[in-house]
Amino acid sequence: MAEGHSPLAQFEIKRLVPMQIGDIDISFTNSSAFMALAVITATAVIVLGMRRHAVVPGRWQSIAELAYLFVANMVRDTVGSEGRRYFPFIFTLFLFVLCGNMLGMIPYGFTYTSHVIVTFTMASVIFIGVTVIGFIKHGIHFFGFFLPPGTPLLMAPLAVPIEVISYFSRPISLSVRLFANMLAGHTLMKVFAGFIVSLGVFGFVPFLFVFALTGLELLIAFLQAYVFTVLTCLYLHDALHMH
Amino acid sequence: MELAAAKMIGAGLAAIGVIGAGIGIGAIFASFIQAVGRNPAAAGAVTQMTWIGFALVEAIALYALVIAFMILFL
Repeated sequence: MAEGHSPLAQFEIKRLVPMQIGDIDISFTNSSAFMALAVITATAVIVLGMRRHAVVPGRWQSIAELAYLFVANMVRDTVGSEGRRYFPFIFTLFLFVLCGNMLGMIPYGFTYTSHVIVTFTMASVIFIGVTVIGFIKHGIHFFGFFLPPGTPLLMAPLAVPIEVISYFSRPISLSVRLFANMLAGHTLMKVFAGFIVSLGVFGFVPFLFVFALTGLELLIAFLQAYVFTVLTCLYLHDALHMH
Repeated sequence: MELAAAKMIGAGLAAIGVIGAGIGIGAIFASFIQAVGRNPAAAGAVTQMTWIGFALVEAIALYALVIAFMILFL
């Protein structure tokens, strides 16, 4: 397992099954393998947990129900009752990001959410989807979103460009927030883990730090999945209700 | 000045930006503690917004980090 000595070597994409269509490389990489694993894990937890569908849930069913209720409450509180039709997508998104972040915490695991192309693709799809939903619902009046109600018309030449720029910064901030959190956290863990062996006797100091940092990273993994999803719900609310 | 040295200095300067996030996170949790101290019954409602606010502020620190990495490695 020649991982290399750099703490950034963990983010390297390795082709497991090389495949090509003409010039385009569509190999099955370690990133794809962990994405497939995340889908299988999330599906297994929910489907197998609900197998008994008892009225009084056992432990596994409680986990599945808790996850469902958590996201359902989030959607209802942020988007409102019209958000129910988007709940499957939001639930899938939440579980995909959560499982991606958590699978990276396994030693020698790969965090596919630590690659900006993955998070940017997700954020772009959300951004384009939410904008299209806004246009379908409000038609041309969706452009009124960029002039907040109550601003004097004199301020419009200043307010509208600022609103447009902040609207277009949403996919960038959404993707960079997730990817930078995962990248920074995992790099920090590998850097300090490298000190454990090299310090010899005093290696217990970086060990305790890595111990605490792992706990923090687990919290951040969950928190970033939650924030990604809740911001998606807020953008959806903006598109449906226009402030 | 050599390019490598300039990159190091640039990355170091870009990392100063995380100060803003330190102040921001402190402000968020200070107001969270104050709010719960004044009205313990509001703890549930305020907690959710606190964590969202924390993640948003931390994102700014990470933008500074990303710029530092870009200067250093790109």
